[in-house]
Amino acid sequence: MTVKQISVFVENKPGRLAAICRALAAKEVSIVAMSLADTADFGIVRMIVDDHPKAVETLAAAGFAVRETEVVVATVPDRPGGMAELMERFDSAGVDIEYSYAYAPGDGGKAVLVFRFSDNAKAEAALRE
Amino acid sequence: MVYPSLSFDNGSPIHPVSAMDYLPVESLRALQLHRLKATVLYAYERVPLFRRRCEELGVEPRHIKTLSDIRLLPFSKKIDLRDEYPLGLNGASMLETARFHCSSGTTGKPICITNTPDDIAVWQNGAMRCLAMYGINASDVLQVSYGYGLFTGGLGLHYGGEGMGCAVLPTSGGNTERQVMLMRDLGVTAIACTPSYFLRIMDEARKQGVDFRRDTKLRHGIFGAEPWTVEMRDNIERETGIVAHDIYGLTEIAGPGVAGDCEFRTGLHIWEDHFYPEIIDPETLEPLPDGEVGELVFTTISRRGTPMIRYRTRDLTRLRTEKCPCGRTMRVMDRISARSDDMLIIHGVNVFPGQIEAGLLRVPSVAPHYQIVLSSTDTLDLFEIKVEVTQEAFTDNVGAMENLRRKVLEAVKSIIGLTPRITLVGPGTLPRSEGKIKRVIDNRRKGQ
Repeated sequence: MTVKQISVFVENKPGRLAAICRALAAKEVSIVAMSLADTADFGIVRMIVDDHPKAVETLAAAGFAVRETEVVVATVPDRPGGMAELMERFDSAGVDIEYSYAYAPGDGGKAVLVFRFSDNAKAEAALRE
Repeated sequence: MVYPSLSFDNGSPIHPVSAMDYLPVESLRALQLHRLKATVLYAYERVPLFRRRCEELGVEPRHIKTLSDIRLLPFSKKIDLRDEYPLGLNGASMLETARFHCSSGTTGKPICITNTPDDIAVWQNGAMRCLAMYGINASDVLQVSYGYGLFTGGLGLHYGGEGMGCAVLPTSGGNTERQVMLMRDLGVTAIACTPSYFLRIMDEARKQGVDFRRDTKLRHGIFGAEPWTVEMRDNIERETGIVAHDIYGLTEIAGPGVAGDCEFRTGLHIWEDHFYPEIIDPETLEPLPDGEVGELVFTTISRRGTPMIRYRTRDLTRLRTEKCPCGRTMRVMDRISARSDDMLIIHGVNVFPGQIEAGLLRVPSVAPHYQIVLSSTDTLDLFEIKVEVTQEAFTDNVGAMENLRRKVLEAVKSIIGLTPRITLVGPGTLPRSEGKIKRVIDNRRKGQ
């Protein structure tokens, strides 16, 4: 399944990440999943939230650089080899993973992985097969 | 019988105030010599410091027989105005004085400049000729967002605009939200402010969802009072669709309206019938021929309040030798993107902030907001440039962002030959201008 993710530019400065979370909390936007990619100088926070348009609007108004991206979410069977099978599917479909992070939906179910692919549509097709 | 209107905005190709711009060169030189002699005689009689310095050099007013004899006269500097604070260099009595202007500078006492009513008329004449040259006339609505007060920016453009018959909106600086609202609601066609303050106004307009092309009638920007680059001009014009004109001036010499650029953008025409320019070698103090780069020196040949003789501006430029296609005979100087006071010595290399600005703005998708931070440890200087990423330039891809950083680094490095540390920062996080902006933070220990 493809879902919308929001990416936010953050400086490597104390309090920036907290400022993002605080701004979302003030508008009662709930963060479902989050990952932080960083370099020596700056970071990119990636999030999946429950109210995507409201989150974008809130952060842009607060002066953050925000981007929307589409990512693919996939559930992983909870047994040895489950992850390997998933990866092999993407391999044989010939798509590259740009980045990935995991989250647990909190209802005790399976782990969910978020992927950004070189070709999201192709990866999705591979998942449906 | 209906007679055609005599007013400029009704089809006349040239505004009467511009007539002097085209004075034949021989007449111009004769006028300059006449005014120079009169000014030297006046200052010799009225300004004790000038007389004392002339006497030390063995020069008397009668020795000025040609324009090139100006080189016999002593120089003056900002420090003289400061040392003689408040009125030591003034030639006019209080009875003759109409208005003071002061400039603070960065340290110590301010300097005070006296204007007689005639001085204000001369200054207004210079500002009007700039506005006329930009194509501004009585049908324009001019928003003056330079500070009003002791600073010459606000009142200088105000009088210039009124002289041209513009509808003047004296907003002064600050309250940027209201500046944008009034600009839109009153149909402002021209704005005068520092280029850095206009960037602030652009930010605010974006925030309010105001598109300059769609929602305003703004066509002209009149920018000066701080050095700015051609790259900054291009950036402003591309973003807003206005024409960004350059205006030059300094409190010591009058205020904005000493020089400006025409539509051919060959540089800035100096109103040299009032402000006589020289270029000197700042080391040897020898005059340099037209075409060579050096320090700009002005002699005010039409002013009486504080006549400045061979005043060293600390601005680096050159006077062009070729004629401007616009036909004006007033000499053209290169636009000033460097003041010698602003020069930084980093790792033993001379660097001007304008060079860094030029490099940064060659990278599309970088916001025109930057800050140069210098600090030192025991052994070395740290040289950092902070640059804002724009909303548009930000991508979700770490590699692409790293690439952007590398591009900025390469662009700056290719100009200054040094490798600064480039730090990308979020939009709107660097300090914004309320007038003149401070883009260099030098935390290095003194004496280095």
